[in-house]
Amino acid sequence: MINSLFLISHSGDIFLEKHWKSVISRSVCDYFLEAKEKAGDPENVAPVLQTPHHYLISIYRGKLFFLSVTQTEVPPLFVIEFLHRVADTFQDYFGDCSEVVIKENTVTVYELLEEMLDNGFPLATESNVLKEMIRPPTILRSVVNTLTGGSNVGGTLPTGQLSNVPWRRAGVKYTNNEAYFDVIEEIDAILDKSGTTVFAEIQGVVEACVKLTGMPDLTLSFMNPRLLDDVSFHPCVRFKRWESERVLSFIPPDGNFRLMSYHVSSQNLVAIPVYVKQNISFLETGSCGRLDITIGPKQTMGKTVENLTVTIPMPKSVLSVNLTATQGTYTFDLTTKVVLWDVGKLNPQKLPNLRGSISIQTGSPKPEENPSINIGLQIQQLAISGLKVSRLDMYGEKYKPFKGVKYVTKAGKFQVRT
Amino acid sequence: MSSSSAFNEEKGGSSSVGEPEYGHDPASGGIFSSDYKRHDDLKEMLDSNKDSLKLEAMKRIVAMIARGKNASDLFPAVVKNVACKNIEVKKLVYVYLVRYAEEQQDLALLSISTFQRGLKDPNQLIRASALRVLSSIRVTIIVPIMMLAIKEAASDMSPYVRKTAAHAIPKLYSLDPEQKDQLIEVIEKLLADKTTLVAGSVVMAFEEVCPERIDLIHKNYRKLCNLLIDVEEWGQVVIINMLTRYARTQFLNPNINESLLEEGGGADKTFYGSDEDEDEDEEEKEKKAEAAAMAKRKPYVMDPDHRLLLRNTKPLLQSRNAAVVMAVAQLYFHLAPKAEVGVIAKALVRLLRSHSEVQYVVLQNVATMTIKRRGMFEPYLKSFYIRSTDPTQIKILKLEVLTNLANETNISTILREFQTYIKSMDKDFVAATIQAIGRCATNIGEVRDTCLNGLVQLLSNRDELVVAESVVVIKKLLQMQPEKHSDIIKHMAKLTDNIQVPMARASILWLIGEYCEHVPKIAPDVLRKMAKSFTNEEDIVKLQILNLAAKLYLTNSKQTKLLTQYVLNLAKYDQNYDIRDRARFIRQLIVPTEKSGALSKYAKKLFLALKPAPVLESPFKDRDHFQLGSLSHLLNAKAGGYQELPDWPESAPDASVRNVEVKESVPEWTKCSSREKRKEKKVEKPFYSDSEGESGPTESADSESDSASGSESGSEGSGSASESEESGGVSVSEEEEEEEEEEKKTKKRELKKAVQESESEQSSEEEDRKHERKMKQQKSDSESESDEEEESESESSQSESDDSESEAEVRKKKKAAESKPPSKPAKRETTKEKKEMSLLDLDDFEPAPSPQVTPVNNLFSNSLVTDLEGLSLSEAVLLPATITPSSVLKSYELLHRITGEGLSVEYCFSRQPFSPDANMVAVQMQFTNSSASDTKSLHMEDVKLQSGMRVKEFPEIESLPAGETATAVMGIDFCDSTQAANFQLCTHTRKFFVSIQPPVGELMRPVFLTENEFKKEQGQLMGMNEITEKLTLDAKCRNEHAIVQRVTTAANLSRVPCGSDKECSPPVPPPEHPVHRFAGRTVTSGSLVLVTVATREEGAAQLTINCEKMVIGTMLVKDILLALTQ
Repeated sequence: MINSLFLISHSGDIFLEKHWKSVISRSVCDYFLEAKEKAGDPENVAPVLQTPHHYLISIYRGKLFFLSVTQTEVPPLFVIEFLHRVADTFQDYFGDCSEVVIKENTVTVYELLEEMLDNGFPLATESNVLKEMIRPPTILRSVVNTLTGGSNVGGTLPTGQLSNVPWRRAGVKYTNNEAYFDVIEEIDAILDKSGTTVFAEIQGVVEACVKLTGMPDLTLSFMNPRLLDDVSFHPCVRFKRWESERVLSFIPPDGNFRLMSYHVSSQNLVAIPVYVKQNISFLETGSCGRLDITIGPKQTMGKTVENLTVTIPMPKSVLSVNLTATQGTYTFDLTTKVVLWDVGKLNPQKLPNLRGSISIQTGSPKPEENPSINIGLQIQQLAISGLKVSRLDMYGEKYKPFKGVKYVTKAGKFQVRT
Repeated sequence: MSSSSAFNEEKGGSSSVGEPEYGHDPASGGIFSSDYKRHDDLKEMLDSNKDSLKLEAMKRIVAMIARGKNASDLFPAVVKNVACKNIEVKKLVYVYLVRYAEEQQDLALLSISTFQRGLKDPNQLIRASALRVLSSIRVTIIVPIMMLAIKEAASDMSPYVRKTAAHAIPKLYSLDPEQKDQLIEVIEKLLADKTTLVAGSVVMAFEEVCPERIDLIHKNYRKLCNLLIDVEEWGQVVIINMLTRYARTQFLNPNINESLLEEGGGADKTFYGSDEDEDEDEEEKEKKAEAAAMAKRKPYVMDPDHRLLLRNTKPLLQSRNAAVVMAVAQLYFHLAPKAEVGVIAKALVRLLRSHSEVQYVVLQNVATMTIKRRGMFEPYLKSFYIRSTDPTQIKILKLEVLTNLANETNISTILREFQTYIKSMDKDFVAATIQAIGRCATNIGEVRDTCLNGLVQLLSNRDELVVAESVVVIKKLLQMQPEKHSDIIKHMAKLTDNIQVPMARASILWLIGEYCEHVPKIAPDVLRKMAKSFTNEEDIVKLQILNLAAKLYLTNSKQTKLLTQYVLNLAKYDQNYDIRDRARFIRQLIVPTEKSGALSKYAKKLFLALKPAPVLESPFKDRDHFQLGSLSHLLNAKAGGYQELPDWPESAPDASVRNVEVKESVPEWTKCSSREKRKEKKVEKPFYSDSEGESGPTESADSESDSASGSESGSEGSGSASESEESGGVSVSEEEEEEEEEEKKTKKRELKKAVQESESEQSSEEEDRKHERKMKQQKSDSESESDEEEESESESSQSESDDSESEAEVRKKKKAAESKPPSKPAKRETTKEKKEMSLLDLDDFEPAPSPQVTPVNNLFSNSLVTDLEGLSLSEAVLLPATITPSSVLKSYELLHRITGEGLSVEYCFSRQPFSPDANMVAVQMQFTNSSASDTKSLHMEDVKLQSGMRVKEFPEIESLPAGETATAVMGIDFCDSTQAANFQLCTHTRKFFVSIQPPVGELMRPVFLTENEFKKEQGQLMGMNEITEKLTLDAKCRNEHAIVQRVTTAANLSRVPCGSDKECSPPVPPPEHPVHRFAGRTVTSGSLVLVTVATREEGAAQLTINCEKMVIGTMLVKDILLALTQ
């Protein structure tokens, strides 16, 4: 399966390597670095590359390339999914998945990689199991370890792998028993010039943070499960119960996890919370252009739109912009040519507006295309699809847990064509 | 910050200052000496007896390894610490060992004894980790030790150790392929393992060591299918991929017979229509005779194992792991019948929300799928719309998918979408879009002109790349119908002044040359211009100039002779030999000289031959010969170790290889034994055909042999035991009944049987026998002999004429008398039969809900059975609540094993009258205690019901020992509503809230009506009480028996015999499109429920339900609709 893993920084520095079978020289990465050069944008590097003797499968996460080397047939998604799982684990352990953090924690990273794969085949990828074997570093523990010479490897042998609920640690204890669920929905939409919706759908996830003692068995039910068109679950969810009763029944992992992700069918009309009035034009002569954008609330269900941002990637020939915003601030990145307007809260009484002129490199022709506008926003206490959690029941334990549900709506890939 | 770095810092700045030094190249001579020194210092630390120092040293060493630096000279110092007490030091030493043992084989041997000791440790985790490291050390000398360790671990008590053994197998194999045979033995052993923990790992080992040994899978096939959902996600991927290959070798192509099926079906119909039973018989014999020829014509029936695989993988489409979803998707794509492949589309579209790498792979696969199965993704067209923020490679793949999805109906939307893409800043993407438009235009004739016009407009685009790409595409389009478009050619001729992209220039020149007759004035002028710039052109343009010159010379030599010669002369001295060659060749061919041979006469033909229009094909065409989702598919080239996806076999290999002895199997996956049954059946067959008029002895002899084979698979649990107990007392009448039954069967069904035998793979005969037997059992348990006789009488009257009836009766009576003294062999037979039946029942008792499982399978016996059912009920013979095991009935989960702390409860609607109260629906519950301790005083409490509902509780179960199973029956009066009955299930320690909600189909009981009665009743239930729905029957559900079976599975109804008019007159040929009628009454109020399924051409059908209770009617319509269309 996976022979070796190389971690390569954004700039092409190979700063960590791990081999599960015989050592493969890091020169194999040259093929990758070459492809990376050619592609320019790291997003455009093909995830799968073929070299004379090896296959390179890579992902790009947190400005890092995770490059795995394999010599034989393997489902590419298998490797890609695993690499993402590795990155997720780092994130989970160190709070971040970046070059600096990984370099700081080389030994822990190495131990983790050792446990996650055996001979190139995934062994333990559940974060709960891993945490039993290798404790995540905390400031307190590292201080204690320094003084006592203790270690961050679990003294007890992990038993999680052996249980039939491998995702949950044994012997969990909390003084405050709490279970929080965040229903987070993202609107993916493409609006055309006139503001009509070309395509819109809602993708949602239920993120859970469960800190409960013992082996609780939870049942989460929705008021309107019929809304959900397509779902995928954490392995803990009993699929049969969902099929027959449309309730989520599960023994939760300990801590944070994604309980389910879902898709609300595009048949349902998707409420678009904001409208954008825009006018971006480049003049035929004089190498300049004008920009005028106004944003207003549309279907917000009476809630306030927050964290509103507008991102406009400008054509490469744009030299600079001279704009004024009635609300918030804007920045223009000279290298990437991206205008970022951070609006903040949307005030329905006084609509935010950004207008001004764009100057273009003299001599270069008028850009053919108009840039598209990407909107970011957030609405608290609202699931735009109307999904509602009706109740959460706990079986199997005696205590009364504290329960909470939060709803958030965000803009996902929300794009306005101009 | 990790402890390691913290610790480093504490070490007096050695780390914070020293660390960057590590970053430098260790091999560079300058710091080599200091490096060497530091190693000395590490050695000292490793030799010290302080764990903290050792740990610090190991951490630094591991950090070196991680950065790819050589730390091999520390080997002796490190290996000493392999037995260190500190667990972290130990682990790090392991890491070091695994990395360097290969280079220092001799020294590595020092560590072996430690691991060997570890292998004997009482703690399973230590045993496992010892095996893991031992097998990871790539030292050839220890191969025998590893082999021994693996073998031992493979039979370890702990599944975790066995899993590690499975992991070790490929390691050893790559170290020494000679061990293959021995390793295969271990794999075979581990494949038989029943734990989910081992399954994934051993299949992975199988794939790496002996993927060609597909025969090892047979015995484990069903187990793997059933375990699949509980295997960890990575194992699931490997297993699914392997099973895809397996299924391709073992089952028949579900799509191959589609046309044959219809043909065969038609033939059957005419044959039934024209003939009577007698003739059928003959026909049957004929059929048997030319069995080989028939084999091809027989309609496809999916192997139940094939179905099992499809059914058990489907829920995994909901996995959060993209690789699992993809694996299931490819399985469905390669294995499922066309009609079912669609389910994967939604899941694949969901993956498009994931990371861009995942999108990349998924889109590649979707692109391949869309070529073969366009309809599948059409509803998700918009999900493939492109955003300006997508990476280019994703955009191009989405474009590919959109192009593949384009058809007459959606082309306008797609083109509109393409129009916005052309304005994109990403030029590669724009070029790809133009190509895509070209492909749409060639594939869809209606939009060709629109596309062409659009592309021509693009010719005035400011971006040269866009123009060039358009030219290339236009060239291809024009080739399809040049005459119409001379003005476009003219327009393009003008472009030669501006366009510099060689490919585009070459395309224009080719076009002008090819169609110079359409632009006679412009062509020479273009040649003139080109001749001028000839020396500065790119090679491909030069070639096209030569081409143009030659063509013009041939058509219009007056004007272009000189020009052509000029160009040819220029080319003669070109640097590129291709061009020089071409010039020489053309000169000889077109300029007539004495020397020029016969060919020059044909020059015109050679150059101006009609060229076929190019076909614009997707690069993904035919990629599906690679298994989807594989690396090879992605690269479109065979990767090392890729296992070809075999073609479907011509005829199905022996399915019985997958049979497993039941002894070994857990009840959950004993599906297999139906197969065994089939085999037995085949043995029995001759008996049926000879036994007409024969009595006792032969039968019992036969049964003896049967019971022998049956006992092999015997020792099945719960249901059968209680069964035979109950039936013990009445075995006599039962036996008698059986004989009658059998006799009748032989008379009427011989031929039919043969048909089924040849027609279907499913042991339909089996099932109906089973059903009959069950019927018999119920009755014989309770009814008096007279009852039986009455029954059989009316039964026979259905099909036999009056006089024969009486004859039959007489004979029957005689028989009954004969067999009254319970002869021993006969008794044995009954008990055996019982056992057999219960086995069958358990077969179907699977974890996955299986609506597929049918109560009745044979259409003939079905009508017979339902008639019987109807009869007994219409006569209001109330049967006591002897309940047959849930077998064919769908069972539902009431209490899950985990929730119930070891107690799991399943229930099913047994469809038996509930004796204490006829207005109640009988619910049979099966309690399984899988915990370690006994469960005591199982009873129910605190029943919460909607008004009007009533419940009759089941009798308390005093004690349910660990591992045992018990059944109980309760009755619920649902008041003809589908509201749930909620209650608490109590044990001596716990209470569980549970609820039972009935499907609407269970709220009724079958009644017997004749066709005339049915029509009369139907006439009174018109208007508001009638609901009619049109539907298209599922492809597999177009024959009578499938329809009957599905309807009766969905609802507890009985069939109204359709041939009741047959009695009086010689059978009329059944109508082309038969109408099926079913009748029942709701349990509480007794309202009639009448269901009519009228079939039409090509699977169309009309479903009519007449019921006084409109709510029930509407709900039932939905259920039956679902059953018939899925």
